[in-house]
Amino acid sequence: MSSQGQRVALRLEGVTVEFDDTVALENVNLEVRQGETCVIQGAAGSGKTVLLKTALGLIRPDAGRVELFGLDAGKLRRRELEELRARMGILFQEGGLFDSMTIEENVAYPLLNQKSVKCAPEEVLPRVKEALEFVELGHTLEKVPSELSGGMRRRVGIARAIVTQPELLLYDSPTAGLDPITANTIMALIAKEREIRQTTTLLATHRYQDGYLLANYRYNGATGQLEAVSNGTGLRTRFLILDRGRLVFEGSQRELEESRDEYVSKFTKALKQ
Amino acid sequence: MLDFLKGPILNVQNFFLLSGRAIVNIFRSPHYADDIALQMDIIGVGSLPLILLTGLFTGGVITLQMSRALNQYGASGQVGNIVAITLVRELGPVLTALLVAGRNASGMASELGSMKVTEQIDAMRALGTDPAKKLVTPRLIATATMLPVLTVISDFMGLVGGYIVGCVMLSLTTPTQFWSSAYQALDYSDIAQGLIKPLTFAFVIALVGCHYGMETTGGTQGVGRATTRAVVVSSVWVIVLTFFIGNFFVNLN
Repeated sequence: MSSQGQRVALRLEGVTVEFDDTVALENVNLEVRQGETCVIQGAAGSGKTVLLKTALGLIRPDAGRVELFGLDAGKLRRRELEELRARMGILFQEGGLFDSMTIEENVAYPLLNQKSVKCAPEEVLPRVKEALEFVELGHTLEKVPSELSGGMRRRVGIARAIVTQPELLLYDSPTAGLDPITANTIMALIAKEREIRQTTTLLATHRYQDGYLLANYRYNGATGQLEAVSNGTGLRTRFLILDRGRLVFEGSQRELEESRDEYVSKFTKALKQ
Repeated sequence: MLDFLKGPILNVQNFFLLSGRAIVNIFRSPHYADDIALQMDIIGVGSLPLILLTGLFTGGVITLQMSRALNQYGASGQVGNIVAITLVRELGPVLTALLVAGRNASGMASELGSMKVTEQIDAMRALGTDPAKKLVTPRLIATATMLPVLTVISDFMGLVGGYIVGCVMLSLTTPTQFWSSAYQALDYSDIAQGLIKPLTFAFVIALVGCHYGMETTGGTQGVGRATTRAVVVSSVWVIVLTFFIGNFFVNLN
């Protein structure tokens, strides 16, 4: 338990990841408490994806420690780690959908394959439909990923990530390469998921707008719309900036916007203009 | 100083780790029966026309090339004998393996490589599935089952080709003599050699194809590189291993 009384969902302590001679992450320390939203920003190649994959246990750090829900991921057996992953959901950068499967099979995949997810066979289809309805793609069950647009594939990716109702959700550049309207739709879905299920959210993005939306907008279940909140800090959103594998900033939206660091201020510049 | 060795050693280490896991997974549940059946269809049924055609013409061309030499020694009646031994011991397994390597090792490397670069392999791991179990083991089982079957079919088609050229086109021998000399030429060690080879080659083709697919990096260019390497490496190993297996059986006799 942390000092604030909130359990820690994810903790990275001195994590370093190297590929050949390239340092992808360097001595990264990070703590994400349950119910919190962390927005990780950084230029392309700064280590955002590596950080998320390390958090998920897909990449083993060369140094440091990853703690998931209070358990040291490095000391877990593969099966134990798989069980722990069932408490997490991830949206990969390009969706990561299995292109040999239909949308229904893709979304049903975690329900059928994650051993710790208890889902009776007759419950699979209703849960798949529910997840797809959540992302407003209930009509795509029989389609295959190649028949969908990029934005729709990301939405199916969200449906697959949330179908097991995980406690921690990781989003890897969910709006990369999308037009502004589709990007806003995706972000609205992420905010909606966060509000409805109180999910701990880790969002990697290069767009400040995405983080701004999560810090300042809340999903209103009654109207079905996002609405601005007066004070972003109420939404428990923290911003982190990565630069060539190093965490160079950690703080609130206000601290980010007031930062005079040349690299850090670049991320807020677009919105200020 | 020895930095240049790091890459190849790591590659070999990863190959053996993947191979070990894929083989151990054969005896562990869950078994993905649907995936095994699908791969059997792709590798076995899909390669069948190719194997039928090449087997037929290989037998034909052996007979054609041997006809002059056999006539010279007045041994044209032995054509069935020569075709059977050449095909069952050596050419049937090797040519079938090379064709399957060209067709399926490349297919495995490109399919798994595409999955790797589009993060489908990562997604599989994140969603509670061991990619070695779901992707590699079914391909290994399917290749190990279908390659010996394809080799037997290829051997038979080669004999048919030899019969057409030797008996119908060149009248080197009578049909009865062709088939009886072919049958009598083979002993159990030939049959064993003819089946052990494809089984060994199947492991090489499936594991090399899958290994290069799973190790793919660098986007679509990386997929191309992985595909080329899978075909080249598996083909070279087929040729190298056929020598050692052949050598073992020669010494055994």
